[in-house]
Amino acid sequence: MLETDLAIIGAGPAGMAAAYTAAQSGLSVLLLDEQSRAGGQIYRDVERAANTRGHILGKDYTCGLALVENLKHERITHVTGAAVWQVGQDCELTYSVAGKACQASGKRLLIATGALERPMPVPGWTLPGVMTAGAAQILLKQSGIVCERAVLVGSGPLLYLVAAQMIRTGTAPLAIVETQSFSDMISAMRHLGGALRGWRYLTKGLALLAEIRRAGIPRFTAATSISIEGDGKAQAIRFTSAGRENRIDCATILLHHGVVPNTQISRSIGLDHHWDPDQRCFVPQTDGWGRTSLSAIFIAGDGGGIGGAKAAEIAGSLSALEIACDLGAMDKGERDHKAGRLRRALTSELAARPFIDRAYPPFVPALTPKDATIICRCEEVTAGDIRRYAKLGCIGPNQTKAFGRAGMGPCQGRYCGLTVTELLAEANQKTQEETGYYRIRPPIKPVSLGELSALAKTESAKP
Amino acid sequence: MKTASDYRILDETRQRVTVRFEGNELLLREGENLAAELLAAGIAPFRRTPVSGAPRNPFCMMGACFDCLVEIDGVTRQACMTEVADGMVISMPASRRTDDA
Repeated sequence: MLETDLAIIGAGPAGMAAAYTAAQSGLSVLLLDEQSRAGGQIYRDVERAANTRGHILGKDYTCGLALVENLKHERITHVTGAAVWQVGQDCELTYSVAGKACQASGKRLLIATGALERPMPVPGWTLPGVMTAGAAQILLKQSGIVCERAVLVGSGPLLYLVAAQMIRTGTAPLAIVETQSFSDMISAMRHLGGALRGWRYLTKGLALLAEIRRAGIPRFTAATSISIEGDGKAQAIRFTSAGRENRIDCATILLHHGVVPNTQISRSIGLDHHWDPDQRCFVPQTDGWGRTSLSAIFIAGDGGGIGGAKAAEIAGSLSALEIACDLGAMDKGERDHKAGRLRRALTSELAARPFIDRAYPPFVPALTPKDATIICRCEEVTAGDIRRYAKLGCIGPNQTKAFGRAGMGPCQGRYCGLTVTELLAEANQKTQEETGYYRIRPPIKPVSLGELSALAKTESAKP
Repeated sequence: MKTASDYRILDETRQRVTVRFEGNELLLREGENLAAELLAAGIAPFRRTPVSGAPRNPFCMMGACFDCLVEIDGVTRQACMTEVADGMVISMPASRRTDDA
Protein backbone atom coordinates (compact mmCIF):
# COMPACT_ATOMS: atom_id res chain seq x y z
CA MET A 1 0.00 0.00 0.00
CA LEU A 2 1.18 3.47 -0.93
CA GLU A 3 1.63 5.66 2.15
CA THR A 4 1.66 9.44 2.19
CA ASP A 5 1.24 12.37 4.57
CA LEU A 6 -1.73 13.85 2.73
CA ALA A 7 -4.02 12.07 0.29
CA ILE A 8 -6.22 14.32 -1.82
CA ILE A 9 -9.16 13.25 -3.97
CA GLY A 10 -9.83 15.64 -6.84
CA ALA A 11 -7.46 17.84 -8.87
CA GLY A 12 -9.69 20.89 -9.24
CA PRO A 13 -8.82 24.28 -7.73
CA ALA A 14 -9.21 23.12 -4.09
CA GLY A 15 -7.23 19.91 -4.53
CA MET A 16 -4.46 21.52 -6.59
CA ALA A 17 -4.02 24.46 -4.19
CA ALA A 18 -4.02 22.15 -1.17
CA ALA A 19 -1.44 19.86 -2.80
CA TYR A 20 0.94 22.74 -3.46
CA THR A 21 0.55 24.39 -0.04
CA ALA A 22 1.07 21.05 1.72
CA ALA A 23 4.07 20.13 -0.45
CA GLN A 24 5.67 23.53 0.23
CA SER A 25 5.24 22.88 3.94
CA GLY A 26 7.25 19.67 3.56
CA LEU A 27 4.43 17.10 3.39
CA SER A 28 4.32 14.27 0.88
CA VAL A 29 1.14 14.50 -1.19
CA LEU A 30 -0.75 11.92 -3.20
CA LEU A 31 -3.26 13.60 -5.50
CA LEU A 32 -5.80 11.26 -7.10
CA ASP A 33 -8.01 12.43 -9.92
CA GLU A 34 -10.21 10.51 -12.31
CA GLN A 35 -9.60 12.75 -15.32
CA SER A 36 -6.65 12.29 -17.62
CA ARG A 37 -5.36 15.81 -16.94
CA ALA A 38 -5.51 18.14 -13.92
CA GLY A 39 -7.96 21.03 -13.62
CA GLY A 40 -11.24 19.66 -12.35
CA GLN A 41 -14.33 20.71 -14.28
CA ILE A 42 -13.72 24.45 -14.00
CA TYR A 43 -10.18 24.27 -15.43
CA ARG A 44 -10.79 21.11 -17.41
CA ASP A 45 -7.86 20.37 -19.73
CA VAL A 46 -6.53 23.89 -19.25
CA GLU A 47 -2.99 22.82 -20.12
CA ARG A 48 -4.06 21.68 -23.59
CA ALA A 49 -6.82 24.20 -24.28
CA ALA A 50 -5.40 27.48 -22.92
CA ASN A 51 -3.37 28.17 -26.06
CA THR A 52 -5.92 27.17 -28.68
CA ARG A 53 -9.17 28.24 -27.00
CA GLY A 54 -8.10 30.68 -24.29
CA HIS A 55 -9.59 33.62 -26.20
CA ILE A 56 -12.98 31.88 -26.26
CA LEU A 57 -12.99 30.60 -22.69
CA GLY A 58 -11.59 33.72 -21.06
CA LYS A 59 -9.09 34.65 -18.33
CA ASP A 60 -11.13 33.03 -15.55
CA TYR A 61 -10.32 29.76 -17.29
CA THR A 62 -6.71 30.26 -18.34
CA CYS A 63 -5.74 31.41 -14.82
CA GLY A 64 -6.03 27.73 -13.85
CA LEU A 65 -2.71 27.10 -15.65
CA ALA A 66 -0.75 28.39 -12.65
CA LEU A 67 -2.35 25.80 -10.35
CA VAL A 68 -1.62 22.97 -12.78
CA GLU A 69 1.98 24.18 -13.16
CA ASN A 70 2.46 23.96 -9.36
CA LEU A 71 1.71 20.24 -9.41
CA LYS A 72 5.23 19.67 -10.73
CA HIS A 73 6.48 20.06 -7.13
CA GLU A 74 8.75 17.13 -6.23
CA ARG A 75 6.70 16.13 -3.19
CA ILE A 76 3.43 15.86 -5.18
CA THR A 77 2.49 12.57 -6.82
CA HIS A 78 -0.41 13.26 -9.19
CA VAL A 79 -2.14 10.05 -10.36
CA THR A 80 -4.40 10.65 -13.34
CA GLY A 81 -7.26 8.41 -14.42
CA ALA A 82 -7.69 7.27 -10.81
CA ALA A 83 -11.31 6.51 -9.94
CA VAL A 84 -11.58 6.31 -6.15
CA TRP A 85 -14.27 3.80 -5.25
CA GLN A 86 -13.83 3.20 -1.55
CA VAL A 87 -12.76 5.52 1.24
CA GLY A 88 -12.30 4.32 4.80
CA GLN A 89 -12.75 6.35 7.97
CA ASP A 90 -9.05 5.61 8.60
CA CYS A 91 -8.07 7.54 5.41
CA GLU A 92 -7.50 4.36 3.42
CA LEU A 93 -8.36 4.73 -0.24
CA THR A 94 -9.08 2.11 -2.86
CA TYR A 95 -9.05 3.23 -6.47
CA SER A 96 -8.68 1.91 -9.98
CA VAL A 97 -6.30 3.08 -12.68
CA ALA A 98 -6.73 1.60 -16.16
CA GLY A 99 -8.66 -1.37 -14.79
CA LYS A 100 -6.18 -2.12 -12.00
CA ALA A 101 -7.18 -1.66 -8.37
CA CYS A 102 -4.72 0.04 -6.02
CA GLN A 103 -4.68 1.12 -2.39
CA ALA A 104 -3.18 4.06 -0.58
CA SER A 105 -3.38 5.61 2.83
CA GLY A 106 -2.71 9.10 4.11
CA LYS A 107 -2.12 10.44 7.62
CA ARG A 108 -4.73 12.97 6.58
CA LEU A 109 -7.31 12.93 3.79
CA LEU A 110 -8.71 15.89 1.87
CA ILE A 111 -11.86 15.39 -0.18
CA ALA A 112 -11.96 17.95 -2.99
CA THR A 113 -14.54 16.44 -5.30
CA GLY A 114 -16.33 19.67 -6.14
CA ALA A 115 -19.88 20.15 -7.32
CA LEU A 116 -22.54 18.57 -9.49
CA GLU A 117 -25.19 20.40 -11.45
CA ARG A 118 -28.36 20.64 -9.40
CA PRO A 119 -30.75 18.15 -11.02
CA MET A 120 -33.34 19.97 -13.14
CA PRO A 121 -36.11 17.46 -13.84
CA VAL A 122 -38.52 19.01 -16.33
CA PRO A 123 -40.68 17.01 -18.77
CA GLY A 124 -38.41 15.64 -21.51
CA TRP A 125 -35.09 16.17 -19.70
CA THR A 126 -33.97 12.60 -20.41
CA LEU A 127 -34.13 13.00 -24.21
CA PRO A 128 -30.87 12.86 -26.20
CA GLY A 129 -29.81 16.44 -26.90
CA VAL A 130 -30.63 17.63 -23.38
CA MET A 131 -27.50 18.19 -21.32
CA THR A 132 -26.34 20.29 -18.42
CA ALA A 133 -24.84 23.69 -19.22
CA GLY A 134 -21.72 22.36 -17.54
CA ALA A 135 -21.59 19.54 -20.09
CA ALA A 136 -21.59 22.06 -22.95
CA GLN A 137 -18.70 23.86 -21.29
CA ILE A 138 -16.78 20.63 -20.88
CA LEU A 139 -17.29 19.87 -24.59
CA LEU A 140 -15.90 23.28 -25.41
CA LYS A 141 -13.00 23.22 -22.95
CA GLN A 142 -11.81 19.68 -23.48
CA SER A 143 -12.79 18.89 -27.06
CA GLY A 144 -13.27 22.24 -28.77
CA ILE A 145 -16.82 21.22 -29.65
CA VAL A 146 -19.73 23.64 -29.65
CA CYS A 147 -23.44 22.76 -29.58
CA GLU A 148 -25.44 24.01 -32.55
CA ARG A 149 -29.01 25.31 -32.41
CA ALA A 150 -28.87 25.35 -28.63
CA VAL A 151 -31.18 26.94 -26.06
CA LEU A 152 -29.88 27.66 -22.55
CA VAL A 153 -32.50 27.09 -19.85
CA GLY A 154 -32.61 27.83 -16.13
CA SER A 155 -31.03 30.42 -13.90
CA GLY A 156 -27.61 31.61 -12.85
CA PRO A 157 -24.58 33.48 -14.13
CA LEU A 158 -23.16 30.29 -15.67
CA LEU A 159 -25.80 30.56 -18.41
CA TYR A 160 -24.43 33.98 -19.38
CA LEU A 161 -20.86 32.70 -19.38
CA VAL A 162 -21.72 29.69 -21.56
CA ALA A 163 -23.72 31.93 -23.92
CA ALA A 164 -20.82 34.40 -24.24
CA GLN A 165 -18.31 31.60 -24.87
CA MET A 166 -20.60 30.16 -27.55
CA ILE A 167 -20.97 33.58 -29.18
CA ARG A 168 -17.15 33.84 -29.33
CA THR A 169 -16.98 30.53 -31.23
CA GLY A 170 -19.28 31.93 -33.89
CA THR A 171 -22.06 29.50 -32.95
CA ALA A 172 -24.33 31.54 -30.70
CA PRO A 173 -27.21 29.94 -28.80
CA LEU A 174 -30.70 30.50 -30.22
CA ALA A 175 -32.07 31.90 -26.96
CA ILE A 176 -31.68 32.02 -23.19
CA VAL A 177 -34.78 30.97 -21.26
CA GLU A 178 -34.37 32.20 -17.69
CA THR A 179 -36.51 31.15 -14.76
CA GLN A 180 -35.60 33.85 -12.26
CA SER A 181 -38.07 36.72 -11.94
CA PHE A 182 -38.01 40.43 -11.26
CA SER A 183 -39.12 39.79 -7.68
CA ASP A 184 -36.07 37.54 -7.16
CA MET A 185 -33.92 40.51 -8.19
CA ILE A 186 -35.82 42.75 -5.76
CA SER A 187 -35.24 40.33 -2.89
CA ALA A 188 -31.58 40.10 -3.88
CA MET A 189 -31.25 43.87 -3.51
CA ARG A 190 -31.11 43.41 0.28
CA HIS A 191 -27.70 41.91 -0.38
CA LEU A 192 -26.55 44.56 -2.81
CA GLY A 193 -23.99 45.78 -0.29
CA GLY A 194 -22.26 42.40 -0.43
CA ALA A 195 -22.51 42.38 -4.18
CA LEU A 196 -20.81 45.76 -4.33
CA ARG A 197 -18.02 44.50 -2.09
CA GLY A 198 -17.70 41.61 -4.54
CA TRP A 199 -17.92 44.12 -7.41
CA ARG A 200 -15.69 42.09 -9.70
CA TYR A 201 -18.45 39.53 -10.11
CA LEU A 202 -21.03 42.22 -10.85
CA THR A 203 -18.78 43.82 -13.45
CA LYS A 204 -18.14 40.46 -15.08
CA GLY A 205 -21.85 39.62 -15.11
CA LEU A 206 -22.75 42.94 -16.70
CA ALA A 207 -20.02 42.55 -19.34
CA LEU A 208 -21.37 39.11 -20.26
CA LEU A 209 -24.92 40.46 -20.50
CA ALA A 210 -23.69 43.25 -22.79
CA GLU A 211 -21.95 40.69 -25.00
CA ILE A 212 -25.20 38.67 -25.20
CA ARG A 213 -27.21 41.78 -26.04
CA ARG A 214 -24.77 42.85 -28.77
CA ALA A 215 -25.05 39.40 -30.35
CA GLY A 216 -28.83 39.83 -30.41
CA ILE A 217 -29.59 36.67 -28.44
CA PRO A 218 -33.22 36.74 -27.22
CA ARG A 219 -33.61 36.43 -23.44
CA PHE A 220 -36.87 35.31 -21.84
CA THR A 221 -37.22 35.73 -18.07
CA ALA A 222 -39.53 34.43 -15.34
CA ALA A 223 -40.18 31.40 -17.55
CA THR A 224 -42.61 28.77 -16.24
CA SER A 225 -44.28 25.60 -17.60
CA ILE A 226 -41.01 24.46 -19.16
CA SER A 227 -41.10 21.24 -21.14
CA ILE A 228 -38.93 19.64 -23.78
CA GLU A 229 -40.43 17.97 -26.83
CA GLY A 230 -38.96 15.48 -29.21
CA ASP A 231 -39.31 12.11 -30.82
CA GLY A 232 -36.18 10.14 -29.98
CA LYS A 233 -34.25 13.37 -29.37
CA ALA A 234 -34.89 16.92 -28.23
CA GLN A 235 -36.51 18.98 -30.98
CA ALA A 236 -38.12 21.94 -29.23
CA ILE A 237 -38.58 23.69 -25.92
CA ARG A 238 -41.93 25.02 -24.70
CA PHE A 239 -42.36 27.57 -21.92
CA THR A 240 -44.45 30.51 -20.79
CA SER A 241 -42.86 33.92 -20.31
CA ALA A 242 -44.48 37.34 -19.86
CA GLY A 243 -47.91 35.73 -20.18
CA ARG A 244 -47.13 34.24 -23.58
CA GLU A 245 -46.62 30.65 -24.60
CA ASN A 246 -43.45 30.09 -26.58
CA ARG A 247 -42.02 27.21 -28.56
CA ILE A 248 -38.48 27.24 -29.92
CA ASP A 249 -37.25 24.58 -32.35
CA CYS A 250 -33.75 23.52 -31.37
CA ALA A 251 -31.30 20.61 -31.34
CA THR A 252 -29.65 21.03 -27.96
CA ILE A 253 -31.08 22.13 -24.62
CA LEU A 254 -28.65 23.09 -21.88
CA LEU A 255 -30.09 23.03 -18.37
CA HIS A 256 -28.69 24.78 -15.32
CA HIS A 257 -30.13 26.12 -12.10
CA GLY A 258 -27.14 26.15 -9.83
CA VAL A 259 -24.65 23.59 -8.62
CA VAL A 260 -24.64 21.55 -5.41
CA PRO A 261 -21.87 19.82 -3.45
CA ASN A 262 -20.93 16.34 -4.65
CA THR A 263 -21.32 14.52 -1.32
CA GLN A 264 -20.95 10.99 -2.66
CA ILE A 265 -17.67 10.31 -0.81
CA SER A 266 -18.48 12.26 2.36
CA ARG A 267 -21.79 10.37 2.59
CA SER A 268 -20.13 7.01 1.97
CA ILE A 269 -17.80 7.56 4.96
CA GLY A 270 -20.75 8.57 7.12
CA LEU A 271 -19.59 12.14 7.81
CA ASP A 272 -22.13 14.57 9.31
CA HIS A 273 -24.14 16.69 6.86
CA HIS A 274 -26.76 19.38 7.31
CA TRP A 275 -29.38 21.00 5.10
CA ASP A 276 -28.42 24.46 3.84
CA PRO A 277 -31.68 26.35 3.27
CA ASP A 278 -29.97 29.16 1.31
CA GLN A 279 -28.26 26.90 -1.20
CA ARG A 280 -31.06 24.34 -0.95
CA CYS A 281 -28.87 21.27 -0.67
CA PHE A 282 -27.06 19.11 1.86
CA VAL A 283 -23.61 20.28 2.91
CA PRO A 284 -21.01 18.34 4.91
CA GLN A 285 -20.30 19.69 8.39
CA THR A 286 -16.86 21.36 8.50
CA ASP A 287 -15.01 23.89 10.63
CA GLY A 288 -13.13 26.94 9.37
CA TRP A 289 -10.27 24.71 8.18
CA GLY A 290 -12.48 22.26 6.35
CA ARG A 291 -12.11 19.64 9.10
CA THR A 292 -15.09 17.24 9.12
CA SER A 293 -16.78 15.28 11.89
CA LEU A 294 -13.86 12.82 11.59
CA SER A 295 -10.77 14.73 12.65
CA ALA A 296 -8.33 13.23 10.11
CA ILE A 297 -10.63 13.98 7.17
CA PHE A 298 -11.03 17.41 5.55
CA ILE A 299 -13.22 18.79 2.76
CA ALA A 300 -12.33 21.86 0.70
CA GLY A 301 -13.97 23.61 -2.24
CA ASP A 302 -17.48 23.34 -3.63
CA GLY A 303 -17.84 19.85 -2.14
CA GLY A 304 -18.06 21.55 1.26
CA GLY A 305 -20.54 24.24 0.15
CA ILE A 306 -20.76 26.22 -3.07
CA GLY A 307 -18.38 29.18 -3.29
CA GLY A 308 -16.87 28.95 -6.77
CA ALA A 309 -13.37 28.29 -8.11
CA LYS A 310 -11.45 31.08 -6.38
CA ALA A 311 -13.03 30.34 -2.99
CA ALA A 312 -12.22 26.67 -3.53
CA GLU A 313 -8.58 27.46 -4.17
CA ILE A 314 -8.36 29.46 -0.94
CA ALA A 315 -10.21 26.79 1.04
CA GLY A 316 -7.78 24.16 -0.26
CA SER A 317 -4.81 26.19 0.97
CA LEU A 318 -6.45 26.75 4.37
CA SER A 319 -7.04 23.01 4.83
CA ALA A 320 -3.43 22.29 3.85
CA LEU A 321 -2.11 24.76 6.46
CA GLU A 322 -4.12 23.12 9.23
CA ILE A 323 -3.05 19.66 8.05
CA ALA A 324 0.62 20.77 8.03
CA CYS A 325 0.08 22.02 11.58
CA ASP A 326 -1.59 18.72 12.60
CA LEU A 327 1.38 16.74 11.32
CA GLY A 328 3.99 18.97 12.96
CA ALA A 329 5.31 20.50 9.73
CA MET A 330 4.22 24.00 10.73
CA ASP A 331 3.63 25.79 14.04
CA LYS A 332 0.39 27.55 14.89
CA GLY A 333 1.94 30.99 14.57
CA GLU A 334 3.00 30.40 10.98
CA ARG A 335 -0.35 28.76 10.19
CA ASP A 336 -2.32 31.71 11.53
CA HIS A 337 -0.08 34.24 9.83
CA LYS A 338 -0.58 32.58 6.44
CA ALA A 339 -4.27 31.90 7.07
CA GLY A 340 -5.06 35.53 7.92
CA ARG A 341 -4.35 36.74 4.42
CA LEU A 342 -6.27 33.83 2.92
CA ARG A 343 -9.32 34.42 5.12
CA ARG A 344 -9.50 38.07 4.09
CA ALA A 345 -9.39 37.01 0.44
CA LEU A 346 -12.08 34.39 1.08
CA THR A 347 -14.39 36.93 2.69
CA SER A 348 -14.17 39.25 -0.30
CA GLU A 349 -14.52 36.28 -2.65
CA LEU A 350 -17.77 35.18 -1.00
CA ALA A 351 -19.20 38.71 -0.58
CA ALA A 352 -21.34 38.58 -3.72
CA ARG A 353 -22.64 35.06 -3.04
CA PRO A 354 -25.84 35.95 -1.05
CA PHE A 355 -26.82 38.38 -3.82
CA ILE A 356 -26.22 35.81 -6.57
CA ASP A 357 -28.03 33.04 -4.63
CA ARG A 358 -31.16 35.20 -4.28
CA ALA A 359 -31.12 36.82 -7.70
CA TYR A 360 -30.79 33.39 -9.35
CA PRO A 361 -32.73 30.90 -7.18
CA PRO A 362 -33.41 27.34 -8.33
CA PHE A 363 -36.41 26.80 -10.62
CA VAL A 364 -38.98 25.75 -8.00
CA PRO A 365 -41.15 23.54 -10.29
CA ALA A 366 -38.01 21.43 -10.91
CA LEU A 367 -37.40 20.95 -7.17
CA THR A 368 -40.74 19.17 -6.72
CA PRO A 369 -41.79 18.32 -10.29
CA LYS A 370 -45.22 17.28 -11.54
CA ASP A 371 -46.23 13.63 -11.17
CA ALA A 372 -45.44 12.50 -14.73
CA THR A 373 -41.87 13.86 -14.74
CA ILE A 374 -39.03 11.33 -14.46
CA ILE A 375 -36.86 12.22 -11.48
CA CYS A 376 -34.55 9.17 -11.35
CA ARG A 377 -32.96 9.04 -14.81
CA CYS A 378 -31.38 5.62 -14.29
CA GLU A 379 -34.45 3.69 -13.15
CA GLU A 380 -37.04 5.97 -14.78
CA VAL A 381 -38.94 6.65 -11.56
CA THR A 382 -41.37 9.58 -11.68
CA ALA A 383 -42.20 12.26 -9.12
CA GLY A 384 -45.66 10.69 -8.90
CA ASP A 385 -44.09 7.34 -7.94
CA ILE A 386 -42.26 8.98 -5.04
CA ARG A 387 -45.46 10.72 -3.87
CA ARG A 388 -47.26 7.38 -4.04
CA TYR A 389 -44.56 5.74 -1.89
CA ALA A 390 -44.94 8.59 0.58
CA LYS A 391 -48.65 7.81 0.84
CA LEU A 392 -47.72 4.19 1.52
CA GLY A 393 -45.71 5.38 4.49
CA CYS A 394 -42.19 6.03 3.13
CA ILE A 395 -40.60 8.80 5.15
CA GLY A 396 -37.06 8.72 3.81
CA PRO A 397 -35.16 8.23 0.52
CA ASN A 398 -33.79 4.84 1.56
CA GLN A 399 -37.33 3.51 1.83
CA THR A 400 -38.43 4.81 -1.57
CA LYS A 401 -35.23 3.29 -2.95
CA ALA A 402 -36.37 -0.11 -1.69
CA PHE A 403 -39.94 0.47 -2.94
CA GLY A 404 -39.18 1.67 -6.45
CA ARG A 405 -35.42 1.59 -7.16
CA ALA A 406 -34.97 5.39 -7.33
CA GLY A 407 -31.28 5.94 -6.61
CA MET A 408 -30.36 2.32 -7.23
CA GLY A 409 -29.11 2.71 -10.81
CA PRO A 410 -25.55 3.32 -11.95
CA CYS A 411 -25.46 7.02 -10.96
CA GLN A 412 -26.19 5.95 -7.37
CA GLY A 413 -28.55 8.82 -6.73
CA ARG A 414 -26.25 11.63 -7.86
CA TYR A 415 -28.99 13.13 -10.08
CA CYS A 416 -32.12 12.20 -8.11
CA GLY A 417 -31.11 12.31 -4.45
CA LEU A 418 -31.98 15.93 -3.73
CA THR A 419 -35.24 15.70 -5.70
CA VAL A 420 -36.35 12.63 -3.74
CA THR A 421 -35.57 14.41 -0.46
CA GLU A 422 -37.56 17.49 -1.55
CA LEU A 423 -40.54 15.42 -2.78
CA LEU A 424 -40.73 13.36 0.41
CA ALA A 425 -40.30 16.42 2.63
CA GLU A 426 -43.18 18.11 0.83
CA ALA A 427 -45.44 15.04 0.81
CA ASN A 428 -44.84 14.21 4.46
CA GLN A 429 -44.75 17.83 5.62
CA LYS A 430 -41.33 17.31 7.16
CA THR A 431 -38.14 19.31 6.76
CA GLN A 432 -35.45 18.19 4.32
CA GLU A 433 -33.19 17.65 7.33
CA GLU A 434 -35.73 15.27 8.92
CA THR A 435 -36.28 13.52 5.60
CA GLY A 436 -32.58 12.87 5.10
CA TYR A 437 -30.65 11.50 2.13
CA TYR A 438 -29.60 8.21 0.54
CA ARG A 439 -27.19 6.04 2.41
CA ILE A 440 -24.28 5.86 -0.05
CA ARG A 441 -22.28 2.66 -0.06
CA PRO A 442 -19.03 1.73 -1.79
CA PRO A 443 -18.02 1.03 -4.46
CA ILE A 444 -18.96 4.59 -5.40
CA LYS A 445 -17.59 4.07 -8.93
CA PRO A 446 -18.11 0.93 -11.02
CA VAL A 447 -15.49 -1.71 -10.41
CA SER A 448 -15.18 -5.11 -12.07
CA LEU A 449 -15.09 -8.40 -10.18
CA GLY A 450 -11.69 -8.97 -11.79
CA GLU A 451 -10.32 -5.81 -10.15
CA LEU A 452 -11.75 -6.85 -6.79
CA SER A 453 -10.31 -10.34 -6.95
CA ALA A 454 -6.89 -9.08 -8.11
CA LEU A 455 -6.90 -6.78 -5.09
CA ALA A 456 -7.83 -9.66 -2.78
CA LYS A 457 -4.87 -11.64 -4.15
CA THR A 458 -2.37 -8.86 -3.42
CA GLU A 459 -3.86 -8.51 0.06
CA SER A 460 -3.49 -12.23 0.84
CA ALA A 461 0.06 -12.23 -0.54
CA LYS A 462 1.07 -9.83 2.24
CA PRO A 463 3.36 -11.28 4.92
CA MET B 1 -28.65 6.10 -35.76
CA LYS B 2 -25.99 8.27 -37.37
CA THR B 3 -27.51 11.58 -38.38
CA ALA B 4 -26.27 15.03 -39.25
CA SER B 5 -24.40 16.23 -36.18
CA ASP B 6 -25.69 18.96 -33.89
CA TYR B 7 -22.14 19.56 -32.66
CA ARG B 8 -19.38 21.46 -34.42
CA ILE B 9 -15.66 20.79 -34.01
CA LEU B 10 -13.74 24.09 -33.86
CA ASP B 11 -10.26 22.95 -34.74
CA GLU B 12 -9.12 19.92 -36.68
CA THR B 13 -5.63 19.30 -35.43
CA ARG B 14 -5.63 15.69 -34.36
CA GLN B 15 -5.18 12.58 -36.40
CA ARG B 16 -8.32 10.57 -37.02
CA VAL B 17 -8.56 6.87 -36.37
CA THR B 18 -11.16 4.27 -37.22
CA VAL B 19 -13.56 2.91 -34.61
CA ARG B 20 -16.80 0.99 -35.04
CA PHE B 21 -20.10 1.87 -33.37
CA GLU B 22 -22.87 -0.71 -33.77
CA GLY B 23 -21.05 -1.97 -36.85
CA ASN B 24 -20.70 1.45 -38.52
CA GLU B 25 -17.23 2.73 -39.25
CA LEU B 26 -16.46 6.16 -37.78
CA LEU B 27 -13.38 8.34 -38.13
CA LEU B 28 -12.77 10.00 -34.76
CA ARG B 29 -10.00 12.23 -33.43
CA GLU B 30 -7.47 10.05 -31.62
CA GLY B 31 -7.00 10.64 -27.89
CA GLU B 32 -10.05 12.89 -27.58
CA ASN B 33 -12.99 12.31 -25.24
CA LEU B 34 -14.98 9.42 -26.74
CA ALA B 35 -18.42 10.76 -25.74
CA ALA B 36 -17.63 14.14 -27.33
CA GLU B 37 -16.39 12.52 -30.54
CA LEU B 38 -19.43 10.25 -30.83
CA LEU B 39 -21.69 13.30 -30.39
CA ALA B 40 -19.75 15.16 -33.08
CA ALA B 41 -20.08 12.12 -35.34
CA GLY B 42 -23.87 12.41 -35.01
CA ILE B 43 -24.43 9.30 -32.87
CA ALA B 44 -27.85 9.21 -31.17
CA PRO B 45 -28.72 7.33 -29.11
CA PHE B 46 -25.64 5.99 -27.32
CA ARG B 47 -27.80 3.43 -25.54
CA ARG B 48 -31.34 2.47 -24.54
CA THR B 49 -32.45 2.26 -20.93
CA PRO B 50 -32.90 -1.16 -19.34
CA VAL B 51 -36.33 -0.18 -17.94
CA SER B 52 -38.28 1.19 -20.93
CA GLY B 53 -35.82 1.09 -23.80
CA ALA B 54 -35.78 4.91 -23.97
CA PRO B 55 -32.94 6.48 -25.98
CA ARG B 56 -30.15 8.23 -24.09
CA ASN B 57 -27.13 10.39 -24.89
CA PRO B 58 -24.52 12.04 -22.65
CA PHE B 59 -25.99 14.38 -20.03
CA CYS B 60 -23.23 15.54 -17.66
CA MET B 61 -19.92 14.82 -19.49
CA MET B 62 -18.16 14.51 -16.12
CA GLY B 63 -18.58 10.89 -15.13
CA ALA B 64 -21.54 11.39 -12.78
CA CYS B 65 -24.75 10.56 -14.67
CA PHE B 66 -23.80 7.30 -16.44
CA ASP B 67 -26.11 8.11 -19.35
CA CYS B 68 -23.23 7.75 -21.84
CA LEU B 69 -22.63 4.08 -21.03
CA VAL B 70 -21.46 2.10 -24.05
CA GLU B 71 -19.88 -1.30 -24.49
CA ILE B 72 -16.26 -1.04 -25.61
CA ASP B 73 -14.57 -4.27 -26.68
CA GLY B 74 -17.07 -6.13 -24.52
CA VAL B 75 -16.80 -4.01 -21.36
CA THR B 76 -19.50 -1.48 -20.32
CA ARG B 77 -17.83 1.89 -19.75
CA GLN B 78 -18.63 5.59 -19.50
CA ALA B 79 -17.84 7.08 -22.92
CA CYS B 80 -17.14 10.48 -21.31
CA MET B 81 -14.37 8.94 -19.18
CA THR B 82 -12.71 7.20 -22.12
CA GLU B 83 -10.27 8.41 -24.79
CA VAL B 84 -10.63 7.47 -28.44
CA ALA B 85 -8.22 4.71 -29.50
CA ASP B 86 -7.66 3.19 -32.91
CA GLY B 87 -9.74 0.10 -33.62
CA MET B 88 -12.21 0.40 -30.72
CA VAL B 89 -15.31 -1.74 -31.23
CA ILE B 90 -18.25 0.00 -29.58
CA SER B 91 -21.84 -1.08 -29.20
CA MET B 92 -24.89 -0.15 -27.17
CA PRO B 93 -25.01 -2.06 -23.88
CA ALA B 94 -27.55 -4.91 -23.83
CA SER B 95 -30.71 -2.88 -23.79
CA ARG B 96 -33.38 -4.65 -21.77
CA ARG B 97 -33.10 -6.02 -18.29
CA THR B 98 -33.52 -9.76 -18.52
CA ASP B 99 -35.66 -11.72 -16.07
CA ASP B 100 -32.69 -13.15 -14.24
CA ALA B 101 -30.84 -9.82 -13.92
